[in-house]
Amino acid sequence: MIIQTKADILPSEITPKEVFDNRREFIQRAGFGLLAGSVAMLSNPLNAASLSSGTLGSGAVGSGTTEGAGRLIGRANAPTSSKAIALGPHQKIAGYSKTLYGAGEKLTSYNDVTTYNNYYEFGTDKAEPAVNSKLFKPRPWTVSIEGEVKKNKVISIDDLYKLAPLEERIYRMRCVEGWSMVIPWIGLPLAQLIKWAEPNSNAKYIEFISMADPQQMPGVNIPVLDWPYTEGLRMDEAMNPLAIMAVGLYGEQLPNQNGAPLRLVTPWKYGFKGAKAIVKIRFTDKMPITSWMKAGPNEYGFYANVNPLVEHPRWTQSSEKRIGAGLFAGRIKTQMFNGYTEQVGQMYAGLDLRKNF
Amino acid sequence: MSNNLSTIQVFSTLKLLITAPSKKQISGIKIFVFLFTLIPLARLIWLGFQDDLSANPIEFIERSTGFWALFILLVTLTLTPIKLLTGRAWQVQLRRMLGLFMFFYVCLHIITYIWLDFAFNWVDITKDIVKHPRILVGFAAFVLAIPLAITSNNAMIKRLRERWKQLHQLVYVIAILGVVHFWWLVKKDIREPLLYAVILAILMGIRIYYKKFAKKSTNKPVKNPVMGSSS
Repeated sequence: MIIQTKADILPSEITPKEVFDNRREFIQRAGFGLLAGSVAMLSNPLNAASLSSGTLGSGAVGSGTTEGAGRLIGRANAPTSSKAIALGPHQKIAGYSKTLYGAGEKLTSYNDVTTYNNYYEFGTDKAEPAVNSKLFKPRPWTVSIEGEVKKNKVISIDDLYKLAPLEERIYRMRCVEGWSMVIPWIGLPLAQLIKWAEPNSNAKYIEFISMADPQQMPGVNIPVLDWPYTEGLRMDEAMNPLAIMAVGLYGEQLPNQNGAPLRLVTPWKYGFKGAKAIVKIRFTDKMPITSWMKAGPNEYGFYANVNPLVEHPRWTQSSEKRIGAGLFAGRIKTQMFNGYTEQVGQMYAGLDLRKNF
Repeated sequence: MSNNLSTIQVFSTLKLLITAPSKKQISGIKIFVFLFTLIPLARLIWLGFQDDLSANPIEFIERSTGFWALFILLVTLTLTPIKLLTGRAWQVQLRRMLGLFMFFYVCLHIITYIWLDFAFNWVDITKDIVKHPRILVGFAAFVLAIPLAITSNNAMIKRLRERWKQLHQLVYVIAILGVVHFWWLVKKDIREPLLYAVILAILMGIRIYYKKFAKKSTNKPVKNPVMGSSS
């Protein structure tokens, strides 16, 4: 009797020697492949999505280490023409300092951070923003400063980069839907931008208004939210050292689907507070009514602090799923203020967090 | 040549839809539908091995199994309206299998929820069911589907007779709860659950219309709810 044992590797899976020997160059080419992929995506989003994930290679991107593959690809794309820059992805940010925030946290992979996005301007499915934002132009870009300020101002994104030294902040991000990530943002303290904006003494709140361009953002044509997306903070919250205006992640400029060219990051609040693609910052004396407050006043409050003790009508808030932990990892306990009580707790002393959710 | 062949094939397929298929053809159709309804599961397993279940694989499996359970349920609920509208009854013979496949995907959905999502943490699961209306209605739909699955065999049909028919009208409640369960899941973009609600409303509307106003046109009564032939 002849017993044939099947080879445990398909012949098609074996990497040819010449490819293996040139693997570093191959990875570099893969970066360019992504550019090609983004062009292909225009004609066929579904195919292109699988193409780009294929060229990236899950082994490299999914490594989940601090050395993340995003940076690797950023380097591979460095010598690009101006045309390639116009297309946008993977522009490395030069000159930012590391900080102690998030030391010891295991980063969510670049691939997960950039393919699982709540960004309704580009579609309500979480996979859609990565596909639908390919044509979005984050440059040139200006942010106008209005409201209770000494005088109205406009700042370009390039000037904003120079407003204060850029820092890397590794923050946990907890979504109201019960999942979380750990993301290495690059940005500047929001307090620095506010200082530059020179609000007057009437300014009690700060309102962030996102871009709502139906030409570039297909989701804006659907009235799921009251566009433009609006978010807000109390002045002291905005001045808190934890609050940043992020311009990048994983060492590169923000990918479009993550809110390019600049977004708000407040890690002690649910993720939806993080307004993306901000075009206007308005200082007000009254509490702004945010898009989500209008959409569901019983579900989404102005504060939206991460709070395991205040239940949400749809999702469990006492525990969360960490993205990338695997199928059998279970849930982790959600921490008060997402674990940032020490930095932000004192701002809410005396405030009934059940009422002010 | 090949064009002619495919034309013939199309015609024979159409003929199959119009005229009642033979017993042999019906078992062929049943095998086809059986394999076809396994595709969503096969896809999940395939994507799982490819590590391609998105950044949130548990949610992906929950959404997928939930969608297919609802989809198969809506397909099951179209069989009788087709009969009412066209007078063709053979497709009703697929009803039991499809109903059980709906239950199969519901079970996968629940197992994913209990095992992968909540890691058998019964305290948290109980809290989740009690505190979140959308989980409560989904859970209610599952509980109501259990007796229908248990009584789906011929012996039970014979034993329960008229009461079987009454019992299995629960399927309409299950369908409504299923759509509501999905509706309450989505934050703001209600287009997809709205579509299923509209489909369900149309399917129910056809039934109600025939029951109330068009008794004359359905002079052939349903002999047996499942088999159609043997009574």
